[in-house]
Amino acid sequence: MFLINCPYCGERDQQEFKAGGEAHIERPKQPTELSDDEWAEYLFMRKNIKGVQFERWNHAHGCRKWFNMVRDTSNDEIKAIYKMGEKPPAQ
Amino acid sequence: MRNKYSVFSLIKNALSYHENWQRAWKDPAPKKEYDAVIVGGGGHGLATAYYLAKKHNMNNIAVVEKGWIGGGNTGRNTTIIRSNYLWDASAGLYDHALKIWEGLSQELNYNVMFSQRGVMNLAHNLQDVRDLKRRTHANRLNGIDAVYLNTDEVKKFCPIINTSPDIRYPVLGGTLQRRAGTARHDAVAWGYARGADAMGVDIIQNCEVKGIKRNRDSVEGIETTKGFIKTKKVGVVAAGHSSVIANMAGLKLPLESKPLQALVSEPVKPIIDTVVMSNAVHAYVSQSDKGELVIGAGTDDYVSYTQKGSHQIVEGTLNAILELYPIFSRMRMLRQWGGIVDICPDASPILSKTSIKGLYFNCGWGTGGFKATPGSGDLFAHTIANDEPHKLNAAFNLNRFVSGDLVDEHGAAAVAH
Repeated sequence: MFLINCPYCGERDQQEFKAGGEAHIERPKQPTELSDDEWAEYLFMRKNIKGVQFERWNHAHGCRKWFNMVRDTSNDEIKAIYKMGEKPPAQ
Repeated sequence: MRNKYSVFSLIKNALSYHENWQRAWKDPAPKKEYDAVIVGGGGHGLATAYYLAKKHNMNNIAVVEKGWIGGGNTGRNTTIIRSNYLWDASAGLYDHALKIWEGLSQELNYNVMFSQRGVMNLAHNLQDVRDLKRRTHANRLNGIDAVYLNTDEVKKFCPIINTSPDIRYPVLGGTLQRRAGTARHDAVAWGYARGADAMGVDIIQNCEVKGIKRNRDSVEGIETTKGFIKTKKVGVVAAGHSSVIANMAGLKLPLESKPLQALVSEPVKPIIDTVVMSNAVHAYVSQSDKGELVIGAGTDDYVSYTQKGSHQIVEGTLNAILELYPIFSRMRMLRQWGGIVDICPDASPILSKTSIKGLYFNCGWGTGGFKATPGSGDLFAHTIANDEPHKLNAAFNLNRFVSGDLVDEHGAAAVAH
């Protein structure tokens, strides 16, 4: 449980948000040309990092907008928040 | 030579004020080389080592544990054991474990306090009723005991449940597996550790794995905080930290690690003599031999390794428990904790070889691995010793995420995920 500074609404309780998993996993440009291995990689395989991880979050019980977050999963400390389409901050 | 525990050894040691009991396991420094190393000294890892030594004559092996044995999820779960899973592959896996549980205390000469007090799963809506009836039939076709109970039978089996039709989520029925129950989780780790140690397995605590050394596509050894250990076979049984180890070897796994919480109340006199689970309202409760109510809450939905968990998850579970058991309204909660569980997209485990020769993973047990401890150890030992899976864990390979042949227990079985 922690506070999240939504880029549109400001600081709110984590309970209002929905975690959307790892960020910057690119949707395949040519899905019909993907091999089974590449599909598995896209759909299922995750880094699941203990430490600084890039994630997507959704303000589900607020503005319902998606945004990105850089968070240390070993202590839940939020390092940075940036909007969709923006470049991730250097770590 | 390992002394046997018996009533005679108890009397003998009582005469010397219990000051001369033999150590249950040694505390060795790691050797330079082993035939196999198990990473993770929880129940599953220790069971794997035990069966490697016992059934496959691999005695020159070690278990390395970064903390103390049984200090991770083995000591943090709610100790429920059952095998009433929907799919054939899962039924085979979990019932294999349940059959070993039934003779485990005798086999290990260690009382794991296995108690077949039954597990009841409740239905709260018509879809629950249909799902639970379907699962009951599936279980019986797989030779697993299961009965469907109507509301009156639920009330008769566990009288303190509120079966009134005017609660928010009324009890419409339930299933019962009588062979299911609970066991003392610490004793499982200690019993397997003692048994493995007696056969020559080195159990090395406070030894964290820092890296996996590879020669192209084969394992050569592991880097640890106690130095380099040479070995050709590494079995990783690291639960929530499986991805951390996989990343060291340059592998990615289909896992997300999340905090799962549990809590216990103050101890009271016996009030509930079975285990009752409800997926729809997410409430499950049993009573420990000390008298505490043991309550399992849910997972947070974000990746975290903090072993804490959010307050609202506990609050939601307690709300549901209060509606189902009004008698608990004045109980006070004593302790709350979290454990990090590794969840697969299909909510089924992975017991598998990998693309790296000599590297094996036993992970993805998610929120329900304790029940499988003996079976998981037995089958994983078989996989490591033969470099081939046993037929009971063949379906639980890593390749299923490529082939699409998933064992989709998510929402399909009696799983409280």
